[in-house]
Amino acid sequence: MPKLNINEVEHVANLARLEFSEQDKIKLTEHLVEILDYIDKLNELNTDDVQPTSHVIPVKNVVRPDKVKPSLKKEAALSNAPSNVDNLFEVPKIIE
Amino acid sequence: MELCHLAAHDIHHLLVKREVSSVEVTESVFRQIDKVEDTINSYIMLDRVKALNKASEVDKKISAGEKIPHLAGIPMAIKDNMCTNGLLTTCGSNILNNYIPPYDATVVKKLREQDVVIIGKANMDEFAMGSSTETSYFGITRNPWDTNTVPGGSSGGSVTATTAGEAICALGSDTGGSIRQPASLCSVVGLKPTYGRVSRYGLVAFASSLDQIGPITKDVTDSALLLNAISGRDEMDSTSVDLPVPDYTKSLINDIKGIKIGIPEEYFVDDGMDPEVNQKVRDAIDLLSKLGAECEDVSLPTTEYGIADYQIISRAEASSNLARFDGTRYGYRAENAESLMNMYKKTRSEGFGPEVKLRIMLGTYALSTGYYDAYYLKAQKVRTLIKNDFDKAFEKFDVLVTPTSPTTAFKIGEKTDDPLTMYLSDIFTVNCNMAGIPGISIPCGFSSSGLPIGLQILGKPFDEETIFRVSYTFEQNTDYHSKRPNI
Repeated sequence: MPKLNINEVEHVANLARLEFSEQDKIKLTEHLVEILDYIDKLNELNTDDVQPTSHVIPVKNVVRPDKVKPSLKKEAALSNAPSNVDNLFEVPKIIE
Repeated sequence: MELCHLAAHDIHHLLVKREVSSVEVTESVFRQIDKVEDTINSYIMLDRVKALNKASEVDKKISAGEKIPHLAGIPMAIKDNMCTNGLLTTCGSNILNNYIPPYDATVVKKLREQDVVIIGKANMDEFAMGSSTETSYFGITRNPWDTNTVPGGSSGGSVTATTAGEAICALGSDTGGSIRQPASLCSVVGLKPTYGRVSRYGLVAFASSLDQIGPITKDVTDSALLLNAISGRDEMDSTSVDLPVPDYTKSLINDIKGIKIGIPEEYFVDDGMDPEVNQKVRDAIDLLSKLGAECEDVSLPTTEYGIADYQIISRAEASSNLARFDGTRYGYRAENAESLMNMYKKTRSEGFGPEVKLRIMLGTYALSTGYYDAYYLKAQKVRTLIKNDFDKAFEKFDVLVTPTSPTTAFKIGEKTDDPLTMYLSDIFTVNCNMAGIPGISIPCGFSSSGLPIGLQILGKPFDEETIFRVSYTFEQNTDYHSKRPNI
């Protein structure tokens, strides 16, 4: 099983949209390696012919009637926005 | 005894007979809060004014001769990962430190329909990620039985509020033991219902295939009453199951003759288990036998793989669920971001605490290109094996009985620098979530130093009734549940 180095931690941090100080990266890598070592335990079990379980209850596609119903009011949906303008969520400029 | 230490069903009778008022009960609870909250820190926020208004509203209904529901006028704590319309909901995190939900979680809506008095929002590990209530942005919660120890977690505040009389009962959530383990460490009754029994709508998601909301109460009767109130299919949660909800109080039967109880040998280990816990749980099993249950050993061979498997499944789901916290629509946003990407990264890095970041990192890694099969798919297959173990055991047994936690409450700070050791405190509770089955923790004794010990009873899917019957019988023949901490 591949083990993690600092470069990979930086790659994963970018995927997760997180940043860490150099010091935190070292500690984080240690913790992740320790946990991944422990997780290797799962390879003691042969699962070649085992079906994966993603959900424990036998629920398949759940559908409902396609009826228009009242939903959250615009003001309510925007009420927690850190910044909003003209009934829209405002974020830093995306396109120069 | 002060009103705040009574169970909800006792208070209900007093209310109906007009021997006390809901305002008196609510005031008693707030007096207790004033006395102990500085030490215990059960709550992230309290809502005194609305609580007393609701109590007085219920009193008026009683005076007018209205028939009130069982939980009407009962002061309750709600774990702070359940959305409460107009009331701060932080999930114990800086990233939601200002979040006021514009809607109620379905469970909260159902409690409001019963005229429950909501006292406040209970402290918890950040995003329910922890086993000790030490990772909350709003400070640690202390165990009322020994304030140098942790209450367990992540529903620590809900549990301490209930045991210390800062609420009559509470709602918690359980992803890998977060109701049962703190219930065990604080001597209250904590139930994780079958996955799909209770709607998760409005519960801030941690690991969606494992999360379930459940009651935290002073006794089994209250647990049944509260489960009655919150169960059932909800069109807002497609994983809530459309099965009839029985009246769980009908299962409060003091008789377990002929009930077949399996004792999983893997839950009684020498390594890492407190001998006093082992002994008290053995004593409890002896009592269940004396009361007429047929107890027999059983093997659940995949038990020891539960924590490793849970690491992958829960972290993978969490990394995906927590992607929504990016400073755009709600919650905390970092200042002075130079770009959108920079805003996401700064917001998340400043908003999440270390344990949450560690879990997001592990989950992201397990789902990332090249590692999916080795980790996530493998974990899902092992999950099948864990579930198969239970399916097989339940062909023969009605319930399984185990310790809830391998130890009593540990010291504050003891495990905070060692994540893996902390994770192992859930070793006896996680597999219940992995298999989706119901499980309860009930008080079964105290250690020589006076710390509570809990008995876990696991049942078949959607058979909370047998769990209640066994729990109730045990409770009726012991008095551990009636002991309160000296605080």
